[in-house]
Amino acid sequence: MDYLESLPRRWVTVYIPLLIFLFVLLFPFYWMGLTAFKPNAELLSSNGNPFWVQNPTLDHFKKLFFETSYPSWMWNTIIISVISTFLSLAASVFAAYSIERLRFRGSRQTGLAIFLAYLVPPSILFIPLATMVFQFGIFDTKWALILTYPTFLIPFCTWLLMGYFRSIPYELEECALIDGATRWQILVKIILPLAVPGLISAGIFAFTLSWNEFIYALTFISASENKTVPVGVITELVEGDVYHWGSLMAGALVGSLPVAIMYSFFVEYYVAGMTGAVKE
Amino acid sequence: MASVELKQVRKSFGNTEVVHGVDVSIDDREFVVLVGPSGCGKSTLLRMIAGLEEITSGEIHIGDRLVNNVPPKQRDIAMVFQNYALYPHMTVFDNMAFSMKLAGTDKREIGERVDKAAKILGLSEYLDRYPRQLSGGQRQRVAMGRAIVRNPQVFLFDEPLSNLDAQLRVQMRIEIKELHQRLKTTSIYVTHDQIEAMSMADKIVVMNGGHVEQIGSPLELYDNPDNRFVAGFIGSPAMNFLPGRLVTNGGGRGVQIADGCVLPAPQTHEADGREVVLGVRPEHFAIGESCVEVEVVVVEPTGADTQVFCRIAGTDVSAISRERHVFRPGDRIHLKPMDDKSFLFDPGSGRRLQ
Amino acid sequence: MVLSRFLDNRNRLGMLFMLPAAAILLIFLTYPLGLGVWLGFTDTKVGRGGEWIGLENYEWLWTDSVFRLSIFNTFLYTVVASVLKFGLGLWLALLLNKHMPFKSFVRAIVLLPFIVPTVLSAIAFWWLYDAQFSIISWVLVKLGLIDQYINFLGEPNLARASTIAANTWRGVPFVAICLLAGLQTIPPSLYEAASIDGASPWQQFWHVTLPMLSPIIAVVMTFSVLFTFTDFQLIWVLTRGGPINATHLMATLSFQRAIPGGALGEGAAIATAMIPFLLAAILFSYFGLQRRRWQQGGSDK
Repeated sequence: MDYLESLPRRWVTVYIPLLIFLFVLLFPFYWMGLTAFKPNAELLSSNGNPFWVQNPTLDHFKKLFFETSYPSWMWNTIIISVISTFLSLAASVFAAYSIERLRFRGSRQTGLAIFLAYLVPPSILFIPLATMVFQFGIFDTKWALILTYPTFLIPFCTWLLMGYFRSIPYELEECALIDGATRWQILVKIILPLAVPGLISAGIFAFTLSWNEFIYALTFISASENKTVPVGVITELVEGDVYHWGSLMAGALVGSLPVAIMYSFFVEYYVAGMTGAVKE
Repeated sequence: MASVELKQVRKSFGNTEVVHGVDVSIDDREFVVLVGPSGCGKSTLLRMIAGLEEITSGEIHIGDRLVNNVPPKQRDIAMVFQNYALYPHMTVFDNMAFSMKLAGTDKREIGERVDKAAKILGLSEYLDRYPRQLSGGQRQRVAMGRAIVRNPQVFLFDEPLSNLDAQLRVQMRIEIKELHQRLKTTSIYVTHDQIEAMSMADKIVVMNGGHVEQIGSPLELYDNPDNRFVAGFIGSPAMNFLPGRLVTNGGGRGVQIADGCVLPAPQTHEADGREVVLGVRPEHFAIGESCVEVEVVVVEPTGADTQVFCRIAGTDVSAISRERHVFRPGDRIHLKPMDDKSFLFDPGSGRRLQ
Repeated sequence: MVLSRFLDNRNRLGMLFMLPAAAILLIFLTYPLGLGVWLGFTDTKVGRGGEWIGLENYEWLWTDSVFRLSIFNTFLYTVVASVLKFGLGLWLALLLNKHMPFKSFVRAIVLLPFIVPTVLSAIAFWWLYDAQFSIISWVLVKLGLIDQYINFLGEPNLARASTIAANTWRGVPFVAICLLAGLQTIPPSLYEAASIDGASPWQQFWHVTLPMLSPIIAVVMTFSVLFTFTDFQLIWVLTRGGPINATHLMATLSFQRAIPGGALGEGAAIATAMIPFLLAAILFSYFGLQRRRWQQGGSDK
């Protein structure tokens, strides 16, 4: 019944509140970007208009890429996120298919356990995991993160894929069974092709979660060149009390770009992944 | 092609038995319809024949082979599902070719067989399309095409037409029957729609509550129902049932119903005074002939015939006539059951009384 | 149901398929969960295995005013931020559900705060909250509302408010987009029926939207509460628990004592102390899901 609402009224009830929301939600990004291109002199002066940059500069980026280990943090984060995402996806596809379709004895309980595992937060696991990582001799290596990230990725991906598999009609599998397919052929030729949207959702969501992870990376990694972007930026770019705001913001901006770009390509899948995990 | 033999087949889910010892024998080339209300066990029975459900006890033979422990793919059957179960990510061609590809059939032969099936079903132009680009009827044809390319011994149909609209259903019903007349493959067809059963079957198996109620040709079931359930289930509009008591009335036998009226009864050996249920099909009431006077409640003129709903002694009764009667609700009319075409049933067991 | 004859086969295949996921989760999730509880009863230090000391860690923590403060802070942080996230998130979801130009674009950019790494957006907030160069203070001064720069992260209550604001900023998009998905499943015919029945927009919201949305609200808010309660990153970047422990949450205190402080046993005890609260939240979620099944009646399956 929107047609009954006059335009001025819509401005008051919809557009103005929405614009305020958008301003608040996006301003920190604007500020981050602006700061990254501002020369130090402008950053620290109280004259002029602070909402614009007079003499944009790439100095902060130069410093980031040539005077710090930022490139290797980037590389570490990419390697760790990609490997742990693929590992988790593979394990999750089998687990979800097994729980949702093979219906082995105890599959319901297993499904519930997966859901509960999803609710265990990293902040109560990092201390025991730290002692384990030490014992296994993988402290300060990529493996420390590649092996621990699946603890939150697998429950999430399995839960999401279970929902997708559930939406594929049983008759397709029965029909394939009559057509002479084996279980493996059914999984590879029928279920997986049909679950591609689910795989994309789970994959990009898992990648983002790995990219954003902080507490494990902060605890299990100590050498500067082994750090991930979030940990590196916060621990290495802050020197004493002198904050290099320009390069900090440049680091934050560059570190956010990969997930932001991926998000822009897969918005629908991302939203489906997020809401799907909550709905089920 | 092969015959199918079911011997004392039972199915339990946990402690609940849903199919209680079914015996059916299906001849080679026969088109058999399993019909019954939902939950009667007909789909379960079909799925046991397909090998999708375990057989709790009893035997199923396809041809001369006992198939109880044979996996579905080795039973040499094809199945058409209610929702078609077309693989959405494969073209029509790939859908039809899938089973042959799995079996490692030669590429050229696959092509030839798919082309042949497509020609029979009028699908030749659609081989490159995906299921979502097809109409309901076309999808139905692809599902059948997928079944016939394999040239199986038995076709199984699980309510294949129930997702189609009424008009298309009639058309596809004819196509399936025509296809069977052409291919002569033994077919087992499950439906809850008795009109489908009547119009397509060589032989109908009426099921209810996990039991077989009666097996016979469509007209046998119509003319000679074994019990009240079959009588009520077969035929449309459904048979009317009037409870009453047997009497002898001026030389003829009759059934006295609740308000004292006596309706003519069919021949019977049962004694006077016995409680019975008189069954009369709507088309077997003579409208206008004096016997029992009733009040018209609703009239449905459909053009070809007129159906009249009225009430006799508290029981709703419908009558149908080829003539165009112009009745209004509230009119009082006369009805007379044709005594040679009505049936008597036992009120308790529903068994036919003769 | 698939071939019951394959039952044995199916069980075996099921186990085989579960194996990789189960192995990883048992080794890196279930075992450490138990190990963490056990560590809480020991005096393990970094580089030195510990001895069983029973409840000593908990007895000491009970008398530790910083630990008590951290519990208070955690609850304050969780409750205030969750209420704000729910209120603002629901409002934003209702706004986004309206017809407007560039609808899908607006929806897409709204989620940005949620997808960007928390640590990196927290750094932006750190800069926004800077005591000397805060742009917020600058604007307020120019407007003549204040005459001194605000020390956002330097005063206990201000620091609490500032961290809650940053957490809310990140959480609102998540709540809004999830609730929006819920709103879109409400059939428009319900609103049409309600308006023909004479319901005002407010009554429609109260009698149609809210009841239809309540199952998803229960689940979303449980997740939100859970993640807020165990938050670490934001606090660690903005204040590291300061000033004078005013923003220490249980998670940050646990980290501080265990990793830089070296007292693994004590840190584990603090982490273990969070478990009862998490269990309560999970039970709430479970009953939320039950309610949802009941509400939808037969329409679901």
